[in-house]
Amino acid sequence: SSHEHKLTFKKSKEVCLSYIQDAMLQKQWKRAAEFLTFYIESLEKDFSTEYMGPSEMIWRIGTEILCHHSHSSMKEFNSFIEQMKTLGVKRYLKVCLEHAFHLLCNGLIDEAYQNLSLAESWRFGEQTAIQDKEMKLIQAYRGLLDYYSWSKQKTILLEHGQDGFEDLSVEQEMHSCFRKAAVNLREIIKIPGVWDLFVKCYVDLLEFYGDHNEARQVLNEYAYNSKFPANPNAHVYLYQFLKRHGESKKSLISALKILHDIVPSHELMIDFNMMLQKSKKRKKRRLGLEVIFAALDYAGWKENVKAWSCLARQVKQIVNSEKHLDWIKQEWNSRKDWWPAFHFSRYLAKRNWQDNESLSCEKALVAGILLGKDCKYFKYVSHQGCKARVKRFRILKKFVNKHNPAYLRISG
Amino acid sequence: LCRFVVEGHIPYLNVFQHFPEKMKLCGLDLKIFCVESWPVYEEVYNKMLELAAFLDLPRFPDITDSCFLHPDMLCMKYLMEANLPDELHNWTCRVVKKICIGEADFLTLVPGNKSTRNVKYDVLAAAVIVVVLKLLFLLDDHYEWLLSDFAEERNKNNKEGGSYFEFKKWYKVIKCSLDVEQKRLDEEKAKYLWRCEKPLFYSAKKKSKVLKRRQMVVNLQNQFGKLSGSAQPAEKPNPSSFQLSWSEENTDGSCFYGHSLKGILQEKCGLLTAMNPDYWLCTVKLCTEK
Repeated sequence: SSHEHKLTFKKSKEVCLSYIQDAMLQKQWKRAAEFLTFYIESLEKDFSTEYMGPSEMIWRIGTEILCHHSHSSMKEFNSFIEQMKTLGVKRYLKVCLEHAFHLLCNGLIDEAYQNLSLAESWRFGEQTAIQDKEMKLIQAYRGLLDYYSWSKQKTILLEHGQDGFEDLSVEQEMHSCFRKAAVNLREIIKIPGVWDLFVKCYVDLLEFYGDHNEARQVLNEYAYNSKFPANPNAHVYLYQFLKRHGESKKSLISALKILHDIVPSHELMIDFNMMLQKSKKRKKRRLGLEVIFAALDYAGWKENVKAWSCLARQVKQIVNSEKHLDWIKQEWNSRKDWWPAFHFSRYLAKRNWQDNESLSCEKALVAGILLGKDCKYFKYVSHQGCKARVKRFRILKKFVNKHNPAYLRISG
Repeated sequence: LCRFVVEGHIPYLNVFQHFPEKMKLCGLDLKIFCVESWPVYEEVYNKMLELAAFLDLPRFPDITDSCFLHPDMLCMKYLMEANLPDELHNWTCRVVKKICIGEADFLTLVPGNKSTRNVKYDVLAAAVIVVVLKLLFLLDDHYEWLLSDFAEERNKNNKEGGSYFEFKKWYKVIKCSLDVEQKRLDEEKAKYLWRCEKPLFYSAKKKSKVLKRRQMVVNLQNQFGKLSGSAQPAEKPNPSSFQLSWSEENTDGSCFYGHSLKGILQEKCGLLTAMNPDYWLCTVKLCTEK
């Protein structure tokens, strides 16, 4: 007898599940709900020898349907999730955590807080230890919500302060929120991972209460501890902190160095280049040139006037000093095959001139030095600029003509 | 029988619901009454033979041509269900007679007797119809369409005198209906509810757990049932012998009962024979089963 054709309970439910999946993929929520209704009985004791594990499936599918179905309400969703929590002890904290997320996404902050607090107090033999990760996350998110309360109270306090009111109870509550938040936030950021939001909030708290040392330590850990995954934001936060506290250019530069390595196209590369250009150290100025060229390799910077003006300024400075033309040559070497079409085509010349005179002026200077005064870009823009009798274009033309030998040295 | 069980007209799944109170199921009894799959034809058939032998039953009443299980009767039923012309019934009877499978001794079940063939009446009747179709239409995926085109031509040019049977048209109609019905059946399969209000449990200890779980299942079913949109379907239809039915009253010409086989027959020595002289035996080897 052909047992493949035998319709068993297991097969019947598998087929049902595939109907649910099809319906969900096509966003037919009513149909998905209909088939889910028939799938649900797979939760009851299955007397066959094969284990199906439907409870996770039902949790996830049910959540999706309730999220998208037009007739479902928050109340229904909550009642569904409460039932799901009783289904599997091994999944309890995960379900609680995702429930809290859902509440937060729907703006129900207080309910989310209650859920998280309740979950925090859950104990279940050895499961508590096994689900340690989820527990830490739950505590971390509760800490985040404590921060949020703290922040609200801080705002109230500041407003009252302005009006001349003193509010002792608000202040006390604020400090209590701070303590609760700080404890949990500090714990989670110890674990290697990406905790951007938590770090920011924690640092905010520390700065408010004047604990700058701790804040700096936290940010350094987050940015430089090799156990943590490479995270450009970590360096951005550190840089912003150092800047806020008036640290030296040296530490600011060192904070941005790794950011340049990870994300050469980052928006802070402009600041970085400006600091490096002005440095007295030759190595730093060299790095500055590298940084700005690297940023302009990316399409997102193509029409950024500031970036081009940084490059133009540095190129001008180098050409004027007649020292270190080899720097430009080195940078240009790997770019001379594709930058002309990427940045300095005739089409771009026309477009830049039409859209943004300043942009075209800065770019023309760079083009004139890198590609010579006979290149399409420079010729077009300088011609248009001089025709329009704009002063700076006359200056531009003179400069490039004067320094043509520099071009020859770079290209040669 | 299998179909009636699956459609719920015959108690099979959760039969214990209908037991009186004193017949409480527990422990190993559960394994017997807890159904996890639908019965399969072969299994039921073999069990039937075993049971008949075990009970030491005598020879069953003779199956004559007025019995429902006789190939002549079954062929008529299946021809109707397959929407094939009534005329084909003459041919099935001819084949049955020719190969002597209409004899009472051949058809009647004698339990425990190893020398008589055990006949699967439904399969036999279906096989006869297939053989008849092959005799008349060859079914080599070429000839039958050729014949159909001829019939179509004739039907176009000759409106009176009844239609000739067009194989192609028939195939399209029946394939469509089959596809629709299959799709419906597949969805029904996916929607079977196997559990019932009175769940089974191994022991009294497990009872409360099982009942709690049952309650949750019912709650969830209600919750998502409400979100299903359309109203629940009406009660299950009455049991019917036929899964597909056709009506000659339909004006769209989708019923082929009255169609004629004239286009594919010829008269030879006073007998009607098929125009097709060949028979296409498309098996690699002959069946060895006794």
